[in-house]
Amino acid sequence: MSELTLERGLAAFRAEVDGPVAAFFSSCVHCGICAQACPFYLETGDPKYTPILKLEPLRRVWEADFTLWGKIKGLFGLNHKVTDEMLAEWEELLYDSCSMCGRCSMVCPVGNDLALMIRKSREGMVQAGHAPEGLIAASVRAIQTGSPMGLQWKTLAVQINHVQTSSGLEVPVDKEGAEYLVLLSSMEIINFPEYLEAITKIFDHAGVTWTLSTQCFEATNAGIQIGNKDIAAQLVERVVAAAEKLKVPKVISPECGHAFTAIRWEGPNLIGRPYPFKVFHIIEVLDELRAAGRIKTEGMETDRLSMHDPCNLARKSGVIQQQRNLMNLVAENFVELKEHGKFQWCCGAGGGVSSNERAEPLKMAAFKRKKAQIEEVNPERMVTMCATCRTQLEEGLEEFNMEIPVVGLTEMIAEHLVEKN
Amino acid sequence: MAARKPTEKTLGESLRERGVSRRGFLKFCAATASMMALPPSMAPAIAAALEKAKRPSVIWLSFQECTGCTESLTRSHAPTLEDLILDVISLDYHHTLQAAAGDAAEHAREQAMAANAGEYLVIVDGSIPGPDSNPGFSTVAGHSNYAMLMETVENAAAVIAVGTCATFGGLPAANPNPTGAMSVMDLVKNKPVINVSGCPPIPMVITGVIAHYLTFGRLPELDAYNRPMAFFGQSIHDRCYRRPFYDKGLFAKTFDDEGARLGWCLYELGCKGPTTYNACATMRWNDGTSWPVEAGHPCLGCSEPKFWDAGGFYNAVSVPTSASGMNVLAAGAAGAVVGGAVAALAKKQTKTAVTHRQPVTVEELEAKL
Amino acid sequence: MSGSMEFLLWTKGPMFNIAIAIFAIGLLVRIAEIFMLGRAKNFAEARAGEWGPGLRTMVTRTVADPGTFQRAPFNVVVGWVWHIGFLMALLLFLPHIALIESLTGLSWPALPNPVISLVTSVTLVALIATLVHRMTHPVKKRISTVEDYVVWAVVFAVVLTGWLAYYRLVNPYPLVLGMHILSAEIMLILLPFTKLTHIFTTFIARWYNGAAFGRKGVQS
Repeated sequence: MSELTLERGLAAFRAEVDGPVAAFFSSCVHCGICAQACPFYLETGDPKYTPILKLEPLRRVWEADFTLWGKIKGLFGLNHKVTDEMLAEWEELLYDSCSMCGRCSMVCPVGNDLALMIRKSREGMVQAGHAPEGLIAASVRAIQTGSPMGLQWKTLAVQINHVQTSSGLEVPVDKEGAEYLVLLSSMEIINFPEYLEAITKIFDHAGVTWTLSTQCFEATNAGIQIGNKDIAAQLVERVVAAAEKLKVPKVISPECGHAFTAIRWEGPNLIGRPYPFKVFHIIEVLDELRAAGRIKTEGMETDRLSMHDPCNLARKSGVIQQQRNLMNLVAENFVELKEHGKFQWCCGAGGGVSSNERAEPLKMAAFKRKKAQIEEVNPERMVTMCATCRTQLEEGLEEFNMEIPVVGLTEMIAEHLVEKN
Repeated sequence: MAARKPTEKTLGESLRERGVSRRGFLKFCAATASMMALPPSMAPAIAAALEKAKRPSVIWLSFQECTGCTESLTRSHAPTLEDLILDVISLDYHHTLQAAAGDAAEHAREQAMAANAGEYLVIVDGSIPGPDSNPGFSTVAGHSNYAMLMETVENAAAVIAVGTCATFGGLPAANPNPTGAMSVMDLVKNKPVINVSGCPPIPMVITGVIAHYLTFGRLPELDAYNRPMAFFGQSIHDRCYRRPFYDKGLFAKTFDDEGARLGWCLYELGCKGPTTYNACATMRWNDGTSWPVEAGHPCLGCSEPKFWDAGGFYNAVSVPTSASGMNVLAAGAAGAVVGGAVAALAKKQTKTAVTHRQPVTVEELEAKL
Repeated sequence: MSGSMEFLLWTKGPMFNIAIAIFAIGLLVRIAEIFMLGRAKNFAEARAGEWGPGLRTMVTRTVADPGTFQRAPFNVVVGWVWHIGFLMALLLFLPHIALIESLTGLSWPALPNPVISLVTSVTLVALIATLVHRMTHPVKKRISTVEDYVVWAVVFAVVLTGWLAYYRLVNPYPLVLGMHILSAEIMLILLPFTKLTHIFTTFIARWYNGAAFGRKGVQS
């Protein structure tokens, strides 16, 4: 059987070098500003977590194989080689201490998109056999069971029954020709079942036709988090097949950050063709319905609310104003965190960090940045729209004994719907 | 003038014989002191030294030159003491000034050399075709310049190279230097050589150097190019009366613009003042009447080595000597070709890299668990 | 015979041509490498065009966002000061303009020399500050390579010799002017092979960054 080797890793690194990568590495002046955007560096104070340093393996491959100067240096044996030992050391830097939040990409003075290069570096790491166990396990489960958590349709079916009983509404399954195919994330199904009930209510209220698919309900993509195109592409193909089978024109990604970027931005490139449907995050859909006057709400939340923008949704996908429109619909005491929107701070759990058990201490360290931001405005509750962020916020706030509940925005909207007669 | 032995009379006696007053003599000494950047209190000491100095024998050799240096010297009749200083030396050989011709002239030189061996001064103007050049390029009385120079300096006390041709090769040595012209200091290694550069040099500087030699009996302090610090210690730029305009950033852009009329700095018109060391700005020319920059023309840098080959006279000091957009274009074109080739190679490599990438399977991942 | 004037003329003549040739060839190779690598076709439906956001980011990245400024004010301010000082001295000092005009035919008004000399003095101080920062700040210390220090030394030498030449503090002047020109030539030669390339590639990098974020609906 074939196995993952350094040679395959180097080949994968090489396959990832493109014009932007060459421009980025050509431009880095080692100013260290990227560290000032990284919660993992800022909260640990350890300079090895400087984002540009995490990219050293990719940089070495680029210099040695894609520059004239590197080739000249190579002739004299002056190039620093990428070794197995180096990659083993870098595994922590590229996975445990990076949530791919992309904040460094926003502040780099020379314009380097460091998060993109982290994503590319992980391709090499997987092929070299240097991905964290937690992420490997999640990837294997996702391919083998359809869910990174090993969740099966029968579990979801139980949830559906609960929702139908408590709401008195039908949860449509495998309805051909519906407007929307709704995807879910396993974490949501397990931790936040109220999401399914919320969208069932909202879509009924707004008169939207939608459906779940027994063929594929999972929106998350472990292949993106571990950083492997082959795994990621297989998972995307499942969504595409389900959507094509049910002939839906639109697919909704749930309250999950990376699932949205995976299917919205990477998906078509992973399978090498455009989709026959459009992809939306649930927040985008809700805001469109709001703008069209199809969501009627009553009553307002009166407590002091603040909001956490998931990196994948805001900074990496441009969904920033929509959640604010929805907040203003139902909250009268909404206060922004100081740095928000495209400059928000990561909760610390993204990019596969939360699936990587050994990264737990780093994940909690990075959360301190979010905690400080929350303390600054001192809200009574936090609102967000990503199951991973929500879990991290809940765990983190509990860890620091801060009694601030975290709610999903979709649920909050659902609670304020005008009752039908 | 005929060949003669150096007089036994001192310089002071000689001056008095010629009717030069004590007052006039002291005035000359004061001027000499100031020229040599000595304090005025040194004037009496100079006077005392010159009073007692013996008139030295001087042999003036002219090689590949234009006689401009001699012309410069002869036109320096004000103050008239400069003429006198020529009289107070014993000029025993000088093509242009001596009356003798032919064998008689050459005889005078040989006689002076024999009579004053080890004590006479040699002044040279013009560059010399080097030992490897065709000796016929420039001859005097059948002797090549090189042979005559080496023979004459053999028993000299010191050599004064006058003018940029003698000091640095000057015009004859400019690219492509067809005669293989060399400077005096290129050829004379075992005698002190004082360089008085300039095309031509300021006459007062020539006389000042001789006065210094007579006063102190030794060579003046010299710079890295063997030029007397007293005259070549400061750049034209440092002493230029237009310097305030440079500092303020006020520059003439053409020879007839407002800036030129207002006497602004000539840097942009190619003035080499910043890199040129000479006394023009302080001593000026034609009896202190004016000097090139005051006349509205940029300094050509004539007292510096390679001044003919230092780029255009009308290009600013900062402009590269062989600068042209064409050079940059040529380098750019070469870069585009090499760049294209390297890039094509890189492109091919990327394609190979992408095809060499092997898909990852679940089994391979599982094997890692 | 090799004196200061001959040295100056060598830097203004043959060495200048060598430096310009290596610079032009090296830089074009580097830029060709970047553009020939290119980007794979993007099948994801874009929210917005790439050109507008790309061009905007090329400009806007020059200024740090307020949060970064608050967290790293020294880094940002000192970086700004010396970059601006260096550019002013490079582009607005009359001898430099004369040089550029001789090569390109383009010229523009110069600033008065005392202004440039003041700016240069400030730049020197800022450059020393960047070196101290690089050697003391834990992040910069960790990520710095030999190249960083070599490039610093070359840039500092260019500014320092320029400053010394302006004030004519080294005699003879042709020697210090030659040293200034030579260090600038060394900088030109190193430019395509070191991080100095960022002078040109940063705009390509910023465009790629702005374009990538822009097509997803975020002005980066």
